[in-house]
Amino acid sequence: MINLLILPIIIPLFTAIFLIFLTKYVMVQRWVSTISLLGTISSAFILLHTVHQDGIQTLNLGSWPAPFGITLVSDMLSALLVTTASVIALCCLIYSFKSIGEGRERYYYYAVFQFLLVGINGAFTTGDIFNLFVFFEVMLMSSYVLLVIGGTKIQLRESIKYILVNVISSALFVITVAYLYSVVGSLNMADISVRISQIHQPGIITVIAILFLIVFGLKGAIFPLYFWLPGSYYAPPAPILAMFGALLTKVGVYSILRTYTLFFYHDPGYTHQILGVLAVLTIIAGIIGAIAFWDVKKIIIYNIIIAVGVITFGISVMTKESLTGSVFYLIHDMIMKAALFLLVGIITTIAGTSNLRKISGLIKFYPALGWIFFIASLSLAGIPPLSGFVGKLLIVKGGFEEHQYVGAAVVLMSSLFVLYSVIKIFLNGFWGKPLDELKDSRAPIKMMIAPAAFLLAIAIFYGLGSEYVYSYISQASDVLTNPAIYIDAVLKE
Amino acid sequence: MKKNDVILQTVTNVVAFMIILFSLQVFFSGHYHPGGGFIGGLMTSGAIVLLLLAYDIKTVASIIPIDYKILIGIGLFFAVGTGAGSLFFNVPFLTHAFNHFDLPLLGETSLHTAVLFDTGVYLVVIGVTMTIIQTIGESE
Repeated sequence: MINLLILPIIIPLFTAIFLIFLTKYVMVQRWVSTISLLGTISSAFILLHTVHQDGIQTLNLGSWPAPFGITLVSDMLSALLVTTASVIALCCLIYSFKSIGEGRERYYYYAVFQFLLVGINGAFTTGDIFNLFVFFEVMLMSSYVLLVIGGTKIQLRESIKYILVNVISSALFVITVAYLYSVVGSLNMADISVRISQIHQPGIITVIAILFLIVFGLKGAIFPLYFWLPGSYYAPPAPILAMFGALLTKVGVYSILRTYTLFFYHDPGYTHQILGVLAVLTIIAGIIGAIAFWDVKKIIIYNIIIAVGVITFGISVMTKESLTGSVFYLIHDMIMKAALFLLVGIITTIAGTSNLRKISGLIKFYPALGWIFFIASLSLAGIPPLSGFVGKLLIVKGGFEEHQYVGAAVVLMSSLFVLYSVIKIFLNGFWGKPLDELKDSRAPIKMMIAPAAFLLAIAIFYGLGSEYVYSYISQASDVLTNPAIYIDAVLKE
Repeated sequence: MKKNDVILQTVTNVVAFMIILFSLQVFFSGHYHPGGGFIGGLMTSGAIVLLLLAYDIKTVASIIPIDYKILIGIGLFFAVGTGAGSLFFNVPFLTHAFNHFDLPLLGETSLHTAVLFDTGVYLVVIGVTMTIIQTIGESE
């Protein structure tokens, strides 16, 4: 069936429309959205398998041939990301049944949740730069609603900042696309890549490359442009935060990865060096935040920024090895951040606060939660059998081979600080003298801990089975190192 | 003092009808002339807004008993459903089709599935505009 690669986009889209009619019936909404996400996941896995067997899948929407219509392109990278995003969405959805509250559920929570997934899956799949913008907006508008839904004071304040920043960056995105269109005269990504290589990337294209870096850097929170993230992500409840932390910034990172490997690879001495420097500064800024705070949410939020830095450093090195590492680390980080935010959500529900100084001794009453959090911490830091190891190893190796000693050393060092920051939560929150109020308040966390444990199980499998996963990931990075594969698949020359 | 808006209400009764007719004209001519679902929908909701200005929210709700949030859903369903219809014929998503039909009264007319898509846009635009205006108008 030729429409296979659009199924992960239109299944959530149809569900979202359907859920608009069902806002009063909370149980029906839950069942419908769970079943549709299971459908999305299975179609994503079929797509993954098809791409693995038959190579890149393309779909010309409306039957218009490639550079003239909108083309959807599913290469291995986007198929992997779509699958990961759908699985994470299912876990966050199941988590929110117990935690989000009926007030939000009656106000279109599940519909907007599905629209968010539409935007994310669409942004990963599209092969048209303006269509990418449109899917960004679908994603961002859903995220505005999810950020503000519930209407508490902190949510209102932070969503004003978040919307302001994103409106500006979206305007900049449009301006940048306009510049690019006026230079190359095409919007299809493969066609743009061909035309840029025909004119050998003159100065104006390098300017556009930096503008794209600013735009996607604002979405994906790299060094001087991450200022909005800690406050905004602090406001929403845990399942929404997990969706944001795991997926939204990663769409920005994916766009940097796509544009810098497909469009702007002719003058890496300038563009990729800037990206490298910014990546290192991003890691450092993230480390400072992760160490400084005594608030469980803030610590994990700053860990997002560190991970974005590590991935973009891998992109800036631009060898086969470092790009493979980046893709490895990208998927690991999506899964782990979702799991950690869900766990942090459970901790704050139990303790009633996110201040680490006021939490202690949780392990006496919640041993399973404690050890799951411990394994998640080790996995985040990249301790060998677990999932964060291979990606970081490849990035560091690639960095050293390209003689970028400072960057690679910072990436290595960052693991240490990541480990310190999450183990700080474990040592202070789980060990120590149990709080008195914990004895009689046994929060019902079974339904909430299951999705987090499931994500962690995936992460462990991802680490242990990295030999198996590697065949998929190296197929993804083949396209990144050799854009001709992508171009040939789309333009069918 | 009770204010008297007989003139406003009488003019509205006539003009609102004309605006709706014009918006439908613009909507249906969108394929060959400037116009289409977006501007048509905006103009139709403009007519309803004129009714809201001349009367009050409750009266208008009893004249046009529609839940506009449901209207958004129906419109989206039209638009996406038209695109997804192509799935059944195993052609790419959003592939449209048209043919010539001999209709009674109208004679030979070309009917295009893009009109169904446009109907979706039209309904969504009305739904969104009216939802925004009504919620702001009702909140104290």
